[in-house]
Amino acid sequence: MQTAEVDTQLAGTLVYFSTKSGNTHRFIEKLGMRAQRLPLNREEPTPRVEQPYILVTPTYGGGSAHGAVPGQVIRFLNDTHNRHLLRGVIAAGNTNFGEAYGLAGRIIAQKCQVPLLYRFELFGTDEDVAKVRKGVEEFWKRQTQSLKT
Amino acid sequence: MTMMQRLSRVNAINWNRLQDDKDLEVWNRLTSNFWLPEKVPLSNDIQSWNTLTQQEKQLTIRVFTGLTLLDTIQSSVGAPVLMDDARTPHEEAVYTNIAFMESVHARSYSSIFSTLCATRDVDDAFRWSEENPTLQMKSELILKRYRSEDPLMRKVASVFLESFLFYSGFYLPMYWSSHAKLTNTADLIRLIIRDEAVHGYYVGYKFQQALAEETPERQQEVKDYAYELLLELYDNEVRYTESLYDEVGLSEDVKKFLHYNANKALMNLGFEPLFPSSVTDVDPTIMAALSPSADENHDFFSGSGSSYVIGKAVATEDDDWSF
Repeated sequence: MQTAEVDTQLAGTLVYFSTKSGNTHRFIEKLGMRAQRLPLNREEPTPRVEQPYILVTPTYGGGSAHGAVPGQVIRFLNDTHNRHLLRGVIAAGNTNFGEAYGLAGRIIAQKCQVPLLYRFELFGTDEDVAKVRKGVEEFWKRQTQSLKT
Repeated sequence: MTMMQRLSRVNAINWNRLQDDKDLEVWNRLTSNFWLPEKVPLSNDIQSWNTLTQQEKQLTIRVFTGLTLLDTIQSSVGAPVLMDDARTPHEEAVYTNIAFMESVHARSYSSIFSTLCATRDVDDAFRWSEENPTLQMKSELILKRYRSEDPLMRKVASVFLESFLFYSGFYLPMYWSSHAKLTNTADLIRLIIRDEAVHGYYVGYKFQQALAEETPERQQEVKDYAYELLLELYDNEVRYTESLYDEVGLSEDVKKFLHYNANKALMNLGFEPLFPSSVTDVDPTIMAALSPSADENHDFFSGSGSSYVIGKAVATEDDDWSF
């Protein structure tokens, strides 16, 4: 790990993807935390992050693992530099999809060996927003502490 | 677009020139989710069906008859009226898929009946459905909006049907499934539940697009109408629920399921949820029957948090994600 290069004073950031329906975007807005949106347009180059982050992503499809993770998110994570800075994932979805509820989050968590921190439906309830806001703050606090020791 | 204008000229649909790529995304999702009731081994439920009491059988047939009515409305009225309001030819094509799948759903309940039930009991239930005042009221409340002059309210009514009104019915097969009864029937219902989620999401998305173009006054008016309709439907749903579930003692938990789904229906329209979490705490076994992983603790934040894994990442390529 390149932990030594990470500025321990800096809390991490959020990186998210949201389709045109804007549900995930709306959740991020309600959180009111610093966040970077991945480009919707597949032609646009994928950004590079410079500090640890938590990824927030919707789940595509309605059943199979095939295509559950949005292509734009895959492209972003295929960049080794970006992938090394990923610390956790939060997934949006719908329990109507049964087993596949928030599946994109589970796939990314397994693939990148980071915890699936939380799942919410559509744009999240106020309770979801409060839990995630508090959870993310504490998560970064613990990360910073664990880096100092 | 009026019907006359629409029929006066039809242009060939070009799926390689999209005005809104959400249309193709949803089309792909719906077509890849396609299924037929013949795929589900319903006859494996015959033994289980015979363990139900006469009262439980009657309840189940009535619930499924009520669901059949809603699917019939969507297929024959709901989806076709939305076609007339379509913003793109691709949106119209998506509604043809929705209309057909609603017919498949309605057809499925008859497959369940012919596999499990006595013809006379089913005939009784259809007669019941025609005479039941709360079931007829829900149909009327929706049809009135479908026949109104307001395209936005047509979409609101459609989303409330897809994402809210079905759930007093969907509760029961989830309940049986959580008691290891009628599990194949529950598998079929889960396919319907999955489809309805995509329908509610898509119509809600198109609603939000259309609403965004209106004046702030008009937006507020539509929002008020929507909440008003939801409450009207909710009051009726409570009566419908009690008339069905009181005798088996499940009404209170069904109502929590109604609150939970009413919130999701509002969110599909882009509106804030109405019911607080204190009344949406559905029995966890029902939630687990709906989404098997929903009861797992994925709320990492409220855990002890001491044992999280720090990224030990592996190389990934597009292929690895089966994208």
